[in-house]
Amino acid sequence: MTVEMLERNDQTVRDEQVYVTLSVAGQLCGIPVLGVRDILAEQPITRIPLAPPDIAGSLNLRGRIVTAIDLRSRLTLPPPAHGEKRMSVVVEQGGELYALLVDQVAEVMSLDKTLFERNPPTLERHWALFSNGIYRLDGSLLVLLDVARLLDFTLQN
Amino acid sequence: MDELLADFLTETNESLAELDVALLTLERTPDDANTLSLIFRMVHTIKGTCGFLGLPRLERVAHAGENVLGKLRDGALSASPDIVTQILAALDRIKAILSSLGATGDEPAGDDTELIASLNAAASGQEPSNTPTAPALEPPVHAEFAEPPDHVAEAVQEAPVSHEPDPAHEPMAAEDPDSHSVHGPGGQAPAVQQTIRVTVDVLEDLMTLVSELVLTRNQLLQLARAQENSGFTAPLQRLSHITSDLQEGVMKTRMQPIGMAWNKLPRLVRDLSRDLGKKIELTMLGAETELDRQVLELIKDPLTHMVRNSGDHGLETPAERRAAGKPETGQIVLNAFHEGGHIVIEISDDGRGLAAHRIRQKILTNGLATEAELAAMPEVQIQRFIFRAGFSTAANVTAVSGRGVGMDVVKTNIEKIGGTIDLKSIAGQGTAFTIKIPLTLAIVSALIVEAASERFAIPQISVVELVRARRAGDGTRSTPGENAIERINDTPVLRLRDRLLPLVSLSDLLGLGKAETPESGAHIVVTQVGASLLGIIVDRVFDTEEIVVKPVAPILRHITMFSGNTILGDGSVIMILDPAGIARATGVGAAADNKLVKPETIEGTASADRMALLLFRVNGSERMAVPLNLVARLEDIPREKIEFSSGIPVTQYRGRLMPLVSLTTQDSNSTPTQSLLVFADGDHAMGLMVDEIIDVVEDRMEIELASARPGSLGTAVIGGFATDVLDTGYWLTQAGRDWFSARSARSSVPGSRVLVVEDSAFFRNLLVPSLAAAGFKVSTAANAEEALRLRDAGLMFDAIVSDIEMPGMDGLSFARAVREGGPWANLPMIALSSHTEPHHVEAGRDAGFTDYVAKTQRGAIANSLRQCLTEMAGA
Repeated sequence: MTVEMLERNDQTVRDEQVYVTLSVAGQLCGIPVLGVRDILAEQPITRIPLAPPDIAGSLNLRGRIVTAIDLRSRLTLPPPAHGEKRMSVVVEQGGELYALLVDQVAEVMSLDKTLFERNPPTLERHWALFSNGIYRLDGSLLVLLDVARLLDFTLQN
Repeated sequence: MDELLADFLTETNESLAELDVALLTLERTPDDANTLSLIFRMVHTIKGTCGFLGLPRLERVAHAGENVLGKLRDGALSASPDIVTQILAALDRIKAILSSLGATGDEPAGDDTELIASLNAAASGQEPSNTPTAPALEPPVHAEFAEPPDHVAEAVQEAPVSHEPDPAHEPMAAEDPDSHSVHGPGGQAPAVQQTIRVTVDVLEDLMTLVSELVLTRNQLLQLARAQENSGFTAPLQRLSHITSDLQEGVMKTRMQPIGMAWNKLPRLVRDLSRDLGKKIELTMLGAETELDRQVLELIKDPLTHMVRNSGDHGLETPAERRAAGKPETGQIVLNAFHEGGHIVIEISDDGRGLAAHRIRQKILTNGLATEAELAAMPEVQIQRFIFRAGFSTAANVTAVSGRGVGMDVVKTNIEKIGGTIDLKSIAGQGTAFTIKIPLTLAIVSALIVEAASERFAIPQISVVELVRARRAGDGTRSTPGENAIERINDTPVLRLRDRLLPLVSLSDLLGLGKAETPESGAHIVVTQVGASLLGIIVDRVFDTEEIVVKPVAPILRHITMFSGNTILGDGSVIMILDPAGIARATGVGAAADNKLVKPETIEGTASADRMALLLFRVNGSERMAVPLNLVARLEDIPREKIEFSSGIPVTQYRGRLMPLVSLTTQDSNSTPTQSLLVFADGDHAMGLMVDEIIDVVEDRMEIELASARPGSLGTAVIGGFATDVLDTGYWLTQAGRDWFSARSARSSVPGSRVLVVEDSAFFRNLLVPSLAAAGFKVSTAANAEEALRLRDAGLMFDAIVSDIEMPGMDGLSFARAVREGGPWANLPMIALSSHTEPHHVEAGRDAGFTDYVAKTQRGAIANSLRQCLTEMAGA
């Protein structure tokens, strides 16, 4: 069920960064590819009672227990339509694995630095909190997510 | 062989191997101060330990070697090849003696005067006329040194051969093959030849891998069950068996005989019997019973505590025993055995038994139960009250003949590893404690249950029984002979064999929502947490399964209902319920427990790294922490009990007026009760009023932001949150009394708190039990810096015992630092050193030490402490 992560390309051109792009509630986002451990299709997730609301539960990744975090909930977005299949991007933080639940994982993109911009000052707080900046793509904008902050549960919207 | 001796041999052999390398480094770079002090410390430790263990010959050689090294370190000599050769010769002699020691358990007879003389000559700066002869050396030993210092090889070839075979050296010669093994690749003493040392990490990794394998096997088996007559069935069966064998094998590597946890007890009992004037015989049965090393580590302290209690409170004096018609010598029996996946440890004595009437009194005074309730309670249930926290207060530990000191901590520690403890006591005949603990913590058997369509695992060890019951809907009457859940208001209970069993609904508890209907039958999992029973209502009960406990992610650790999580055979993740956490959350057996916290029971285990910290809230939302062992008691008093005396809030507490100081600047009279942290010292007590007591956590206290605000030492991250650390000294003086001078006027010496600063873990382990047995409350610090951190954290002691030779800040600088100022400036300080020459003693006194005691005189330390403390009290 799992799609193995694509080969890591260390020969990245200096001016370009490689991102895994994904979509949450219609918004295109990116996560640096080097921080991504795995990409999973829809998985059975065990609910964890009494856990913080952004925690969707835990799932089994080849024998490791991974805590799943609902990115929609984390970004204060409405829950997905019932029955919609969601994918996960597995990231590592402090030796622990976390799965970020997203609507769809798109492609891996190499983006030129010149397309990068800081967050516009007017960006809503719950996005600004977890966004490191914006890439101007053709026809859409990509929000660069800050994984460390997403996993820092002392930061709450 | 004596366990201490075996430890010593292993440790010393390791440091000797390091020493060889270090000495050769020294020869190349004679001015390297680091290497020099490293070598000096190692030889020094060997010497000190020898003295302690009563190995005079080894001590003399090490001492002579140390003298030379001391001169080198002080710069009086330089590390010429000759001198290094001398020291190597001394080390070789030490090795030879050690190898014989390892084989026979005794120091071999032999004459080292020549070697010592030549070392002394070297120390006094004379050129050695000839290199020392080494009768105890034999060729294999030198082979190692043959390369850089040629002198050694030469010296040896000339020396021993030309020597007359002295009968005194015969035993050594006989040990030749063994001493060879000392320097063999294993570097081990003969006593442990059949074993290899593997780091615990390797074993832990293996265990993790095996756990994964077990899970995968379970998954495969589950799949195979669905497809009958598949070609996989046979090989899978085989894989399954091999996995089980492998699991067992790896578990075995982690197994250690329980005797390892007992080896210090005979000494403890001996000291105890001498100090108390009682005759005690300790019998240990089943010492070879093996259990997981992790579990072993965790039960060591509780066991020690219980044996000490048995000797101290359980057994009578010889006179009392005679009067009772018992043999003068009291018996303490430790018995360990396997029982169905568990280890059972019994600790029994033939002493006076628990004094039931005193316990009753205590229960009534503490308001733990009413007289009527007590009358209805079976004897054993009354006795179990001794497991309640703070059941015995300092004042009546000596007065009450029963036990009670720290039994709550013993119980908590045992429950922490999934174990249970119970007791049986017959007045006049003795008391027996029974501890039941799981063999291992890594793989446990668990019952899988379901509530509101979610599955959970409950560790089998805490499950007593399963009961099917009908959920009684409104107005439905239960028919006789049928179990039905009844409700008192909204609280569910079950009549179980003429007793009311408190129940808790798992789906309510975990906020899973209502999936239960009155019609559906419910299952009740009766769990035992300590002495309390609690029924957990679930919807369904599945099978039991062997599960591998994995810790939950850090962001979920605050949920106390879960002890971990695991992956089931079908690949799904499942949370493991912690019955102790559930009981705490529901207040079963814990409601009364939280009233009193008895910090003294942390004695001897206080670590500067991690300590028990009490978290509380002030000013509505500010988190503050204070080391738990500073707090005598936690109280909740009704607000109307707060009175005012000359404008100062006071309350009547245990028949006295206790001043109160508010930590909160904004007044919150919203709650009917006021939480207090009570600080007590002798007859004095004061209460700090706080908003709410949050928790007790074990954590590091590293102050990261210093505070400008009086009353706070600064901010530390505790339990994952920024937390202000209470400046206890500041608040105590706010109570309007000179707290610290009141303390020093106290004359009671026993129970005084002593801080031991000693870098050698080996020595600490020797010293702490003996001081604790002498009645002191001992805390330890591994170095001077750590000790000073304790001071800055506001911990207070009555005396300090410090080693002189320590890496980093040495004992002399430490003493000077203490004397410079701060709350410890006037404490008696006792220096502990193997150097007791007059100029050393003088240097110690100059640095500020009150007394100077030789490391080898264990009794002298306790005596000196007593003397210093009495002098302080008299001053």
